[in-house]
Amino acid sequence: MTKRVITKAELPNILVRLMDHYRVYAPVLQNDMINFQLLAGDTQADFSLPNTRLSPKTLMLPQSERMFEFTLDKAGGQGRILQEIEKDYSPRAIFGIRPCDAKAFQLLDLNFDTDSYRDAWWVRRRQITTLVGFGCSEPCDTCFCSSVGSGPFSPDGLDVIFTDVGENYLVDTLTDKGERLVALVSAEGEAEENVVATARELKKAAVKSISSVVPTESLDKHSVSALFEAAFWDGVQFACINCGVCTFVCPTCWCFDIQDEVSKDNGVRVRNWDACMFSLFTLHGSGHNPRSQKLSRVRQRFMHKLKYFVDKYNSGAACVGCGRCVQQCPVNIDIREVFKLMNDFKV
Amino acid sequence: METYKAKMFEIALRVLAQGRVDAVLGFQRGTVPMTVQPILIREPEEADRLHWDSYCSINLANYLPKRREKLAVVAKGCDSRNIVLQILENQIRREQLYIIGVPCQGMADRKQVLSQLGGRRLLGVRETSTHLHLAGEGFVETLERSRYLQENCAICTHRNPVLFDELVAQPKPEQGDVDRYEDIRAIEGMNDHERWLHFQQLLDPCVRCYACRNACPMCYCPTCFVDDSNPQWLGKSIDRTDTSTFHILRAYHLTGRCTDCGSCEQACPMGIKVRQLTKKLEKDVKRLYGQEVGLTLEERPTLDIYRPDDPQEFFK
Repeated sequence: MTKRVITKAELPNILVRLMDHYRVYAPVLQNDMINFQLLAGDTQADFSLPNTRLSPKTLMLPQSERMFEFTLDKAGGQGRILQEIEKDYSPRAIFGIRPCDAKAFQLLDLNFDTDSYRDAWWVRRRQITTLVGFGCSEPCDTCFCSSVGSGPFSPDGLDVIFTDVGENYLVDTLTDKGERLVALVSAEGEAEENVVATARELKKAAVKSISSVVPTESLDKHSVSALFEAAFWDGVQFACINCGVCTFVCPTCWCFDIQDEVSKDNGVRVRNWDACMFSLFTLHGSGHNPRSQKLSRVRQRFMHKLKYFVDKYNSGAACVGCGRCVQQCPVNIDIREVFKLMNDFKV
Repeated sequence: METYKAKMFEIALRVLAQGRVDAVLGFQRGTVPMTVQPILIREPEEADRLHWDSYCSINLANYLPKRREKLAVVAKGCDSRNIVLQILENQIRREQLYIIGVPCQGMADRKQVLSQLGGRRLLGVRETSTHLHLAGEGFVETLERSRYLQENCAICTHRNPVLFDELVAQPKPEQGDVDRYEDIRAIEGMNDHERWLHFQQLLDPCVRCYACRNACPMCYCPTCFVDDSNPQWLGKSIDRTDTSTFHILRAYHLTGRCTDCGSCEQACPMGIKVRQLTKKLEKDVKRLYGQEVGLTLEERPTLDIYRPDDPQEFFK
């Protein structure tokens, strides 16, 4: 694959040109926070912050997905038959995604795109999307991507990766999909060796600057039931207020709930993000709730990410080290501390 | 702050050692600058984990409802008012509590301080009674504390605990000259259409994580109306109607009960100023009934009392 150079001054024009070929999503400043938005008109992309407030998960797994519509009226012969709601599958690019968030998509593939089960919408959206990553020259103090199988310049899951080398970007294409996108906006021509060397140094410095490290090597060695019964959960859970902040800002939390919303004779089947923090998440129709206590809900979140997922898929933890939950938790429940407690657990 | 902490430690140690309480509810230092974590301390040896600084904003009264043991609880002015309300609403008994009152100087707004940094990496913070000192790689910045207070703290008129067993310091002078309702008057001045648009814009970023509700010491219903499933009052999506209904109804449930502690806004990951709803109701309660809630155990919350001079005609 190729290495090219694009000047920073060109970037706004490049985005505009890409908009002729793709629906382009990029970080945009709105309401005092930066989140991924569809670029349109004169919306300005903003690449100044390492992480968007919410992860781009919503672009693959929308918070509220209108799946099907139906009518209860039997007159037309279509009564109670689900009709798939049309979705836009034209090509799109997520521009400025960070390596951790791209890695998260790969982890979610393990759940949504398997031999035995394929989530059609997830798979289709993955296919039509080109991921143009921005390496992180200045990771946050809460970033721990390099401990969990990613890294500030990890190419995993990306089609293109940009490295900020001062006035220019070094643009590495990583896949054919990426090459097709870059070819639309940049002429052929290899980057000069000194630019490549500068980028290499920046990457090394970025990896080194990550001060936050979590241990993971023993997670798969513990017995599930011993960890489940560990005494430390009581301390972990005390402060938790059981809100959904951690799960909603998390790029790898994928749980959802499906509901029919019916008004008179017409209905829509909607798939909404759900959260294991909510007591309603496991409430049975009988009224019984197997996770009626806060402790069991908090434990579930961490056991799922750092134990069940690890054991089931053999691909590490369901965490990419983006640090969003660490930054946003109103009561400072820090997953890095839970990594330590679980990994270093002794019976 | 250090003297506060030392006194808090001394009290905690004493009440635990004397068996006056089973545990002490307070804060410990967080893992990230400008964060803290509520903690329950059961053993005197752990009392030195108690921490106090300008970021202890989460309302600890939130952890009290339905607890059975005897607890010492660290309480700022607002926390103490919520404790009063919880006692009146039978969520906790006065005899269970040993209230360690903290004369508050207002809490600093972490989000505002962070925005001042513009993405630069923060390594540590220090503070004095007047300034916040931030240190990061290649920079040191000093901010005037009073300019970085949470919005609710800047306009707070009850910084001193209203109910306590012991104070960690002498009461502070209360702020007399503050205008609590500048933003509310601006909304009141809008016409219906403008106001509706304003609230839509206000609530649009909501992701329905319920952090506002769950951080609120007065939101302790065993089942919140949004979680009822038979009947299900509200849709679960981020449809505007459902989201707005959640926020508006929640605010109404807090009429005459909200102390403007600001936990809801501090907990919100999307920076939504949900207090614009509750403050309007607070203002109306003050105007109609002359009540500021949670100041004394002698007065029940406005909407659970009846008086012959009730201003509503239909009551007479």
